[in-house]
Amino acid sequence: MEHTESAVRAACRAWLEAHWDPNRGLIEWRNILIDSGWGAPAWPKRWHGLDLPTGLVPVVEEEMARIGAVGVAKAGIRVLASATILAHGSDMQKEKFLRRSMTGEDTWCQLFSEPGSGSDVAGAVTRADMRGNHWVVNGQKVWTTSAHKADWGLLLARTDWDQRKHKGLSYFILDMKQQGVTVQPLRQMNGHASFNQVFITDALVPPEMLVANVGDGWEVTTTTLMHERRGADGLRSWAQASDRPEHIYQEERAEIATVMEPYKWYPQRAGRVDLLMPRAIETGAIDDPVVRQELAKLLIMAKSAEWTARRARAAQEQGRPQGPEGSLGKLAASHIARAAARLHTTMAGANALLTGPDSPLGGLIAEILVSVPATSIAGGTDEIQRNIIAERVLKMPREPSIDSDRPFRDVPRNTVR
Amino acid sequence: MKFSFSAEQDEFRGNLRRLLAERVPTKEVRRLMETAAGWEREGWRQLDGTLGLSAIAIPEEFGGYGFGFGELCIVLEEMGRALVPAPYLATSLAARAILHVGSAADRTALLPGIASGVTIATLASAEDAGNWEAEATTLTATSGGDGWRLDGHKSFVLDGHIADLILVLARAPGSAGAKGVSLFAVEAGAAGFTWQALAVMDPTRKLARLTFDGVAARLIGTAGEAAAPYRRTMTEAAVALANEMVGGAERLREDALAYAMMRMQFGRTIASFQSMKHKQADMLLEVELAKSAAYYAAAAIDEGDDDAEAVASLAKAGAADAYVQTAIHAIQIHGGIGFTWDNDTHLWFKRAKSSEVLFGDGQHHREIMMRNWAA
Repeated sequence: MEHTESAVRAACRAWLEAHWDPNRGLIEWRNILIDSGWGAPAWPKRWHGLDLPTGLVPVVEEEMARIGAVGVAKAGIRVLASATILAHGSDMQKEKFLRRSMTGEDTWCQLFSEPGSGSDVAGAVTRADMRGNHWVVNGQKVWTTSAHKADWGLLLARTDWDQRKHKGLSYFILDMKQQGVTVQPLRQMNGHASFNQVFITDALVPPEMLVANVGDGWEVTTTTLMHERRGADGLRSWAQASDRPEHIYQEERAEIATVMEPYKWYPQRAGRVDLLMPRAIETGAIDDPVVRQELAKLLIMAKSAEWTARRARAAQEQGRPQGPEGSLGKLAASHIARAAARLHTTMAGANALLTGPDSPLGGLIAEILVSVPATSIAGGTDEIQRNIIAERVLKMPREPSIDSDRPFRDVPRNTVR
Repeated sequence: MKFSFSAEQDEFRGNLRRLLAERVPTKEVRRLMETAAGWEREGWRQLDGTLGLSAIAIPEEFGGYGFGFGELCIVLEEMGRALVPAPYLATSLAARAILHVGSAADRTALLPGIASGVTIATLASAEDAGNWEAEATTLTATSGGDGWRLDGHKSFVLDGHIADLILVLARAPGSAGAKGVSLFAVEAGAAGFTWQALAVMDPTRKLARLTFDGVAARLIGTAGEAAAPYRRTMTEAAVALANEMVGGAERLREDALAYAMMRMQFGRTIASFQSMKHKQADMLLEVELAKSAAYYAAAAIDEGDDDAEAVASLAKAGAADAYVQTAIHAIQIHGGIGFTWDNDTHLWFKRAKSSEVLFGDGQHHREIMMRNWAA
């Protein structure tokens, strides 16, 4: 198959027309899809792929959508696990995990953040010590989505306290279904519990579940985080399940519902800009000149941010070097969410004092007000985001480092354990 | 809607940027702004002629190059960046008014002179009240045996002191609102026409107050029908100015960054302080968002988008806030030296302030957005 759009489209369409059958079971179908290479076409041929340039993947996605074919499992941390293992894992790990991640049989979680290291992920103090012929893990992780459902965890742990901060870390695949791993829900200020705390006490990791080498943990983590940032926009796009009646769609709907459950308040944390105009009209606030001005200001910001993202995408599609416009979306989103929450408050008036079913929009406005603060923190705080923009885009001097020039053992740190 | 510039457009921008950097460095801006006219005809004619700037967006049948509004906005962005004191915005908007309001005969009579760079033109619509809407017009036009005569005044007229041709918005005596508004062309030498240069805060953008005392004028288009096509012209004016503004804002941002990278305090560059880094990140965000809106609005004009009026006002209000805020930050980053006359920052600061108000301030344009979008 030539790597041209028409050749890929024709080949994919022909294969799908010959093989797609909505009456198969979900896992059965995904195994067939994986065997053909069309499930992960940009992956290497040796590992379930077709070596297709990433630019042509949308063509495959279009063909899948055209015929209504269900794709491989993409929801949740499994995508990050696959990408990381593909980049750094051993053949044994690829053998063991890639297929089952794509079929949806294995579920993953990410064990990076700790109570003592949020923005500073490389300051992790969860430890892994080689004892006998196993790694023994002790520590606490936090903000772990779906940990209670996960079979496997992507674990960042410290293996050498005499090395400098970034050099003493290693990356492991942790079996979550073992004694020594305790998962507890973490209740957020908006009442939801979408994340977990994971307490790890003498949990065991066999040596073959180390990813890359001892001391490579930070490098491997960077790969995972890079894919996380890249995928952040995709969260909503893959969350739409088909409403067709065949059995395979029902299975897919159930899978998506489970994976998306923790994210059900995410639209509210972004401020629900879409609700502002209808709310202004419905409440009569649209006649208030102050509200009109504030709403217009917010729409200027929201539309400009949307067009900035489109500019970034256009540059990417044309293979041009990405300009600064690609790094700004997250910071813009924080401003927009905050401004939207302010306006929702103004328009709700005294009813903004209330929550629950009898409050505006059955509690939705209240949920916006207590969810928006997450936007400027989750996935990198605004402050870290500004540092990244200043250092990587504007090439301003890096923050002076006072924790990287000495053994990690001697670095001042939080004592929270 | 397109979200990127073509390779040809990028190349044109690059050539123009180099040309302006070479011919109109800040030293030259300062020299020109200190003159009464704020501009020199011969120097401008040479600069204009090098790339045919005046011909860019005028259709080929009237002696222009026939490029789109997007190309005009590229020129304006670069002129705003270099802070070129020239009647380019004024002449371009006068040409748009002739295109939208005028008959085929009007276009044929007036546009070739503009396209060739010979005629300097301007659009005179606001009066002492400082309102650019057609409805606010009080200057009157009366038709008699010897043609049309104009009586009244105009103010805040861009380059009104140097224009050869003035497009004047006027109304029929006794008419009100959008009805009875017409556009006229007046030659600067006409009897009864006088101008007075206004003492302007932004010395790189001169304005004039014009007085019309029984001035003979040429009717452009149809009598009493100018309000709607004039409104379209002002939609374009907002987009044109937005693009000029984002050029200036980006230049300020870059200059402030370069200064911070060089200025040493406490034994380190001030760019190494987190307070400076965060400020610069915020400035980048504001300028890039404003650029996106300005570019989108230019494309909306070229594509005849139904939403163009709202989008134009969005781009104008957004660019004004971004430009003014960037200017405030830029002066702050320069510290004490940023408040001196010798430092160049105040030149762009003043341009930001004049652009903020010209053609209606942010409040005005946000209200236009809401009238379009809030049903």
